[in-house]
Amino acid sequence: MCGIVGLYLKNKALEGQLGQLFEPMLVSMTGRGPDSAGFAIYGDEVPEGMIKVTLQHANEHYPWHDLANELEQALETDVSVLHNANAAVLKLEAQEDAVRAVITAFDPTVRVMSVGRSIEILKSVGLPQTIADKFTLSGMKGSHIVGHTRMATESGVSMEGSHPFSTGLDLCLVHNGSLSNHNRLREALKKEGIVFETENDSEVAAGYLTWRLRAGDSLQQALENALDALDGFFTFTVGTKDGFAVVRDPIACKPAVMAETDDYVAMASEYHALASLPGIEHARLWEPDPGKVYFWGRD
Amino acid sequence: MKFDLKKDSVRAVNQALHDLAQPADVSVDHISGDHNLAVGLNRPHKVTLNGHAGYYCAGMNQQAEVTVHGNVGQGVAENMMSGKVHVFGNASQSAGATAHGGLLVIEGDAAARCGISMKGVDIVVKGSVGHMSAFMGQAGALVVCGDAGDALGDSLYEAHIYVKGSVASLGADCVEKSMRAEHLEELTRLLEAAGSDEDPADFKRYGSARELYNFKVDNVGAY
Repeated sequence: MCGIVGLYLKNKALEGQLGQLFEPMLVSMTGRGPDSAGFAIYGDEVPEGMIKVTLQHANEHYPWHDLANELEQALETDVSVLHNANAAVLKLEAQEDAVRAVITAFDPTVRVMSVGRSIEILKSVGLPQTIADKFTLSGMKGSHIVGHTRMATESGVSMEGSHPFSTGLDLCLVHNGSLSNHNRLREALKKEGIVFETENDSEVAAGYLTWRLRAGDSLQQALENALDALDGFFTFTVGTKDGFAVVRDPIACKPAVMAETDDYVAMASEYHALASLPGIEHARLWEPDPGKVYFWGRD
Repeated sequence: MKFDLKKDSVRAVNQALHDLAQPADVSVDHISGDHNLAVGLNRPHKVTLNGHAGYYCAGMNQQAEVTVHGNVGQGVAENMMSGKVHVFGNASQSAGATAHGGLLVIEGDAAARCGISMKGVDIVVKGSVGHMSAFMGQAGALVVCGDAGDALGDSLYEAHIYVKGSVASLGADCVEKSMRAEHLEELTRLLEAAGSDEDPADFKRYGSARELYNFKVDNVGAY
């Protein structure tokens, strides 16, 4: 069991309240996932040519400025650093591969959570409320956000095993369910050059999407291919730069409910998580059909 | 008797419902997806739930009449024995699962596995139902005024299925059957009980081909 929540704002006037609207959604799913939680927030977009890299380290007082200096020297570019608990968001004009190479050479214990122009992934072991407080979720601004509360079933409880998982530039995956063919698929994906950090089944789903997207699939195609390739139970929510996608396996044991008003589109594992949203009593509510890929976002 | 889930807990509401010695009218306001509401009732209370209910609403009901002004999560009226559960919204998966008796009416749509392993309950869905509905249905009737999803009536025993709209596909051992006088009578009675003005003549009946009842020696090679 796990909880998934997503909120996409249609009304830009609400962007300053994204974290405030989202925090109760995430916390309400504590019963479905009390061991870890995380979210991918989209906003504060950097201009084209620049990237935003979200990093974490076990050390709360990690010397991020030393890493930033190293990047500045190696890549000959300015780097801005924003601390948030044991995470840091670095903005710079560079290519992803070059940035990753410098970070790994500088300190392989630094974890790259996400890379893109808009995305920031923050996650940790602990109760959802603790994690929301740790990263000051309620004060965050942005256009949309995807979150997850985890009750581990397939692998151990760790920061690396918690969701969301990055699946490429500005992309992430959260998963409720369990996959039964993840070991074999992981071995196949390793041969395709996909790197895995854990024994987690959801990371394999993320790796699968990364592989398909690299191979040239559109996100729609990648998710449709995932319906064939992945054996098991799942509701996936995929965060994209412009919105999010939802897909459930064809058996559809894992729940999902959607809500839409003039102001937002929201999804959650249970209606309970949507109940705190403004105007929810007049929202259009529905359950996404099994085996069908749904997208919301800006055109 | 009135409750408000903004201040009363689900446990307090359920305990109060169980403690009522005489049949009573009870309403509960401000439901926001709470699970296990009005479960295990065993007196002819009239319970009105205002808002969207969570999982297993009115589960194991006996005698009581539970009305929900909103949607319900999975497993509404699961294992109901008698009484009535009326949902004025949509129902998530496994509505009326394993229920032995009573009447479940859903004004909107019901998701996958509606009436799974039904054992005598009557279910009337005024909208459509999802895939695998009436899976392993043993007794009772499922009436669908809209469409049915894939694998309707898979591995069906003796539950009766009536569908007005299209059926995406029939499950193993489920076949269309002729509508005889006693079936029209049953369907008419169920539509009336559910407050529906649909014409029974517009429905088709589906039931078990009874081909899975006995092991066929021709299939021994498959084992």
